[in-house]
Amino acid sequence: MNVLTEALVWLNDPLTWTRSDGIIDLTVEHLVMTAIAVAIAAVFAIPLGAWLGHTGQGSGAMVTLGNATRAVPTLGIILLLAAGGLFGNGAAVLAAAIFAVPVLLVNSYEGVRGADPAARDAGRGMGMSGTRVLFQVELPLATGLIAAGLRTTIVQVVATIPLAALAGGGGLGQIIAFGMGTQRYGQVLAGGIVVALLALVLDGVLAVAQRLVTPAPLRVNGRPRRPRKAPVEP
Amino acid sequence: MAANPWFSWTYVVENADTLWEHTVQHAVLTVEAVAIATVIAVPLGILVSRIRWLAGIVIGTAAVLYTVPSLALFAILAPLLGIGRTPVLIGLVAYALLVILRNTVAGLDAVDPAVLDAARGLGYGPGRVLVHVSLPNALPSVVAGLRLATVSTVAMVTVGVVVGYGGLGQLMFQGFRNNFYRAEIMAATLACVLLAVVLDVAIWAGGRALTPWRERRRA
Repeated sequence: MNVLTEALVWLNDPLTWTRSDGIIDLTVEHLVMTAIAVAIAAVFAIPLGAWLGHTGQGSGAMVTLGNATRAVPTLGIILLLAAGGLFGNGAAVLAAAIFAVPVLLVNSYEGVRGADPAARDAGRGMGMSGTRVLFQVELPLATGLIAAGLRTTIVQVVATIPLAALAGGGGLGQIIAFGMGTQRYGQVLAGGIVVALLALVLDGVLAVAQRLVTPAPLRVNGRPRRPRKAPVEP
Repeated sequence: MAANPWFSWTYVVENADTLWEHTVQHAVLTVEAVAIATVIAVPLGILVSRIRWLAGIVIGTAAVLYTVPSLALFAILAPLLGIGRTPVLIGLVAYALLVILRNTVAGLDAVDPAVLDAARGLGYGPGRVLVHVSLPNALPSVVAGLRLATVSTVAMVTVGVVVGYGGLGQLMFQGFRNNFYRAEIMAATLACVLLAVVLDVAIWAGGRALTPWRERRRA
């Protein structure tokens, strides 16, 4: 358990945390990169997904996109972007944004598309225009799924950003990459623990946030209610 | 500065041996991880779907574990297990296990209670209900889990490069280190996608062969 001791000693040193480019600095950098990547993806994916869901187009493309992007290795894309001249952080942020788009797109699409048809009809019957139905009926009903999509996306991006370190970028992955490069495996272990904890804590915080933004009637155990098969009349 | 094309067929031809070697390494690692995960996850899924209180704990733990980034998991396992293949394999098994487990439980839960009742009414014991009714009915869901796990695993193997065993990821990284040799990174990335597609289609075909009644129903 020599490595474990080494990791604990390293983590226990206040300087590890507070020096410039210490854990605190790297965490801030990590979170800023995450925020930029998620923002880029959200600006693009949520309006598009909502609009496609509203018009009901492109459901086949949605499924294909979701499946296809899963097969593409993120590391390959980051390294390709980096080799294309977009270095370290930029490459990782862009790659993370690219991989965040399908999740957000599918969730906003499904959320808007899955809005109760009776509610949509009621909106139309009250004389709402198509756009008003989208903004005042379908989108509020979709908040649960969109929030769930954002949570998944943020956690996924936080997990992707460490790969930046392999392409010469920053963020918390640096601790792991640097530790491997210098064969200080205690630091590798410590870096892994820090990254894992960040992801877990963020997921926990977001779970609470997700519950808060989901309108009360839509909440069921923190998940948006989706009607199951209707009971058959005898 | 020498030309640095995004894709070069010459590179692929001249380095066919290296590419093949890494693709095989990648494929073997993936198949091994998914196979081990299946052997653990399916029986565990059966157990969990019978014992309700266990389901919450197991699925909850699985969800938490799934949140841990793969890079972090490899980084935690490598110093403890030694650099190289073992930590990558164990990490991959862990993630694949979660996906397959979730789908097995979901598949078993979704079996029509009327069908189970009918089987019991015909005098089937619990073991026969499981083998002849529940499992065949849950099979499509399990296969879907297998496909998802396989495709994600293929992509995740590349992250293993951080602990020195990443299959095709090794080539990507080497290309990056080697003066941003785009053709090498691109070839390895494409090989990775291709491998995922091939394995996915293979499992899909296998699943179809195992559930011939689904085809008949649709026709």
